[in-house]
Amino acid sequence: MSAIQTIPIEWYILLSTVLFTIGVAGVLIRRNAIIIFMSIELMLNAVNLLLVAFSSYLSDSKGQVFVFFIMAVAAAEVAVGLAILMMVYRNTKSSDINILNKLKW
Amino acid sequence: MKALVLLSSLGVIALLAEIFSFKKLLYPIVLLGLVTAFVLNVFDWDTNHTFYKMMQYDNYAVAFTGVIIVIAFLWFIMAEGFFKEESNLTDHFALVLFALVGAVMMVSYNNMAMLFLGIEILSIPMYILAGSNKTDVASNESAFKYLIMGAFATGFLLFGIALIYGATGSFDLSEIANAVSSGTAARSIFSVGVLLMLIGMAFKVSAAPFHFWAPDVYQGAPTVITAFMSTIVKTAAFAAFLRLFSTTFMEVHGTWMNVVWVMAALTLLVGNITAVVQTSTKRMLAYSSVAHAGYMLLALLAGNDYSNSAILFYAAAYSIGSIATFCIVHIISNAKKSDGVDSFNGLAKTNPFLAVVMTIALLSLAGIPPTAGFFAKYYIFTSAFVAGNVGLVLIAIIASLIGVYYYFRLIIAMYFKESSSTEALPVESNHKLLLLFIAVLIILMGLFPDWVIKLL
Repeated sequence: MSAIQTIPIEWYILLSTVLFTIGVAGVLIRRNAIIIFMSIELMLNAVNLLLVAFSSYLSDSKGQVFVFFIMAVAAAEVAVGLAILMMVYRNTKSSDINILNKLKW
Repeated sequence: MKALVLLSSLGVIALLAEIFSFKKLLYPIVLLGLVTAFVLNVFDWDTNHTFYKMMQYDNYAVAFTGVIIVIAFLWFIMAEGFFKEESNLTDHFALVLFALVGAVMMVSYNNMAMLFLGIEILSIPMYILAGSNKTDVASNESAFKYLIMGAFATGFLLFGIALIYGATGSFDLSEIANAVSSGTAARSIFSVGVLLMLIGMAFKVSAAPFHFWAPDVYQGAPTVITAFMSTIVKTAAFAAFLRLFSTTFMEVHGTWMNVVWVMAALTLLVGNITAVVQTSTKRMLAYSSVAHAGYMLLALLAGNDYSNSAILFYAAAYSIGSIATFCIVHIISNAKKSDGVDSFNGLAKTNPFLAVVMTIALLSLAGIPPTAGFFAKYYIFTSAFVAGNVGLVLIAIIASLIGVYYYFRLIIAMYFKESSSTEALPVESNHKLLLLFIAVLIILMGLFPDWVIKLL
């Protein structure tokens, strides 16, 4: 029995759900673009935690391999995201997303 | 399979063009490459080629790959101007080609990992392309919103995948289906996972109530990129959606059928009604693209033998019509510096050819015979009717009547309203050829729908 299995799986599910919900709330509530990116990272890392826990409980390595895919893609996404944010900042001199209101209705 | 490899290598070749300076040759190379990819794809028909259980090239995948490559070819002809700007030329080519690779992966995956990678390979280039008009704040905003909403949706999708993995112990679609039907899967966790994946996919296909990002993104992005997003991205996302829910998750259809029912009804009504009040044609077409997602949800919900062919035909008919309308909006907004509905005033006098093609494309989008769109809607309604969703078919018919109203607003503007200028707008000859070809294709698909519908 590995160290990860000393805690019941329900607790891992609960913890990842809470982390994921904090991430969702962060994306919906916070107005600063950098914080929104961090909240999205939190959502993805909640998924990583869940995958690793399941992987250990199922004694199956596929879940951990999937985590690497998620990490790589998340890194690519943030790289593009920060580049877009730089582009926005150059044009508007702000990272507050309330400035981005040109498109509505 | 071979098509996927070829498209990936075309993307790499596009990047190499910058180093070995054969930028001028790139456009013909890519067009030739797409034709070759189409031919290679045809040879995959009936082979049911699998790649280490990760990808499966069944006829479903080959048919959708074919549609995607054809639309991509038409799109490249429409978007030639996008590939003229010297400084970012090779980047544009490479990003579009890699997005196509993602699209092909999304229609042929047989494993959740490939679905996830396909979606991301398609999405990340699209975020960049949406913001490719770097100095325009609207384009920046569009890219930013697309990125945030796309990553947000991916989060839901991944959480769903993780829960499904926990419940079944596998990422493989057939193994998941086996675990569910043999009863070894933890049912409650699995159901939550399916619903979370449903939310993620609904974001990607812009189905209400997860559609709110689409109009903003479509309006702000450069028009050629909007055309790409509302045709190829939409087709690929729907093919992925259908592939997952019509096979693997069919066993648990009780958990998601009602949700999709409500989603389809909402999407149809919200998309069509909001489109009526738009003044910008680009935004109107964006809402109409939301509405078209609603029609395709009808066939997804039906989940019978007709669904696959109905969605294939609908996606093809809708995408071809959209390429034509966006091409004309592109020409007009370039010439008049405005994409309002009133910029179409008097187009029939100044450019009768554009007006005729636009009318055919709009009639097809509205679903009026003898165009492709009529049969597309006909097959969708048949599949929903056979499955017994009569209420939803009624809502869809009312929604398409509303749709006719806003499509005809443009036709009336072109034919019955006077314009201040009487000068003909300049139209490049390749655009003329493309529009002529599309108009003929729309009519042909309307007269002989069997060609496409018999494929699946």
